Amino acid sequence: MAVSVKLPRPFRRMTQGQTEVLLNGSSVRELLDDLESKHPGIQEKIFDDRNQLRRFINVYVNNEDIRFLNGLDTPISENDKVTVISAIAGG
Amino acid sequence: MPFATHLVCRECGKKYPLASLTACEECFGPLELDYDYAAIQKSLSREMLQSRPPNMWRYREFLPLSEPPKVGFDVGFTPLIHARRLGDTLGLKNLYIKNDAVNHPTLSFKDRVVAVSISKAIEFGFRVVGCASTGNLANAVAAQAASAGLESYILIPEDLETVKIMATAVYRPRLIKVRGNYDTVNRLCSEIADEKGWAFVNVNLRPYYAEGSKTMGHEILEQLNWQVPDNVVLPMAGGSLLNKINKAFNEFEKVGWIQKNTAKFFGAQASGCSPISTAFKENYPDIQPVKPKTIAKSLAIGNPADGYYAVETIRRSGGRADDVSDEEIVEGIQLLAETEGIFTETAGGVTIGVLKKLVEEKHIHPDEVTVAAITGQGLKTVEVLSETTYSIPIINADYDDFEKVLK
Ligand SMILES: [Zn+2]
Repeated sequence: MAVSVKLPRPFRRMTQGQTEVLLNGSSVRELLDDLESKHPGIQEKIFDDRNQLRRFINVYVNNEDIRFLNGLDTPISENDKVTVISAIAGG
Repeated sequence: MPFATHLVCRECGKKYPLASLTACEECFGPLELDYDYAAIQKSLSREMLQSRPPNMWRYREFLPLSEPPKVGFDVGFTPLIHARRLGDTLGLKNLYIKNDAVNHPTLSFKDRVVAVSISKAIEFGFRVVGCASTGNLANAVAAQAASAGLESYILIPEDLETVKIMATAVYRPRLIKVRGNYDTVNRLCSEIADEKGWAFVNVNLRPYYAEGSKTMGHEILEQLNWQVPDNVVLPMAGGSLLNKINKAFNEFEKVGWIQKNTAKFFGAQASGCSPISTAFKENYPDIQPVKPKTIAKSLAIGNPADGYYAVETIRRSGGRADDVSDEEIVEGIQLLAETEGIFTETAGGVTIGVLKKLVEEKHIHPDEVTVAAITGQGLKTVEVLSETTYSIPIINADYDDFEKVLK
């Protein structure tokens, strides 16, 4: 099942200009694995050397931060909206 | 003559030219402005500085503009008050209040960051500016964009205080309420900034925006006659202000205007939204986001982007972070008003509440020089006070009635 995943601007050079990509997987981790297989090298930007999400990367499933859900194991079903963004300053 | 040289990633050290960027493109770490401090030292002295007009632009060499400012010409140089009566109450002999509740034009420290970021947006050629805001930033962006004739888009959480909404709406920006909390609004703004190519001051102008906060630190040192305070107590929302005051102190050390930045930094949060103080107290390696639930809405950021570095700054300085309940926040507002005649918003109540706690727990000592920063105006959050608390009598316009009330 393919889910649409929105990526931050700096990723565009690695996805041939696409800001939204269709990925397969039943969890956030599987989606990000599929992202790597379609656009090799991109995971290095998302994960640190402990294989955890980088400190300043936030992933949302249907507008909820995955740290409030099940982290990278958060299940994904059809029509879910997944967004990857960088952390933003306060106001 | 600009002294800012480049942007540098705090995480991986990658350098970038001075452009509109949200974060490092390699690792998404926050970007810091770097300056040629040796050149600043050569071209500017404390004496030259002191002959300049009393506003934040007297520190322009330490700000990232390439041209003269375009907005906010009179922002900053707010009073630093020797708070003797509050000090007596708390048991501190050398307490100072830095009062940004009377900053110009919109009565909060956000006037500083907006003066820099909108000026920079105009330098970059943007015609549309915007922000995600918990209220004070909305006021400042709307006002300063209006003064420059720029179109502005301002997104706020739907449950903001009425005054903060009206004090934004009056400038006629495109004001939009978003269902959800500040973190939700921020996520949306990040997507909008990517799609629309507008200048969102706290998103794609974030590195420049954050630099404006430093001037509060510069002023504290100059107003203390170049003496470094022992303790600085600051409210924390995203954590940026605390880092930037520390940077300001480091800068004055680099150019030789103070001996050494030995200040201890203390961060204050509301217990209903305390991801940074919790990370400090629990020794977490990272910040765990929370869902905010506090009357201190201007500090209600559950996912603080600069929190990690705020904890680092606090630890390195030997300071602490702590938080107080909503009741203690209101007590803090009340205490500052009664003792110093300064009316602050909920964020100021957080600062005073935590200051009181730090003194009681002996983390701050009576003889030390302590500065507490008041970042916003009490008139904006009047709804946290209740008229019934004050038992205000009503009388006829009759002298006998007046005498009766006095009894
Ligand atoms: Zn980096």
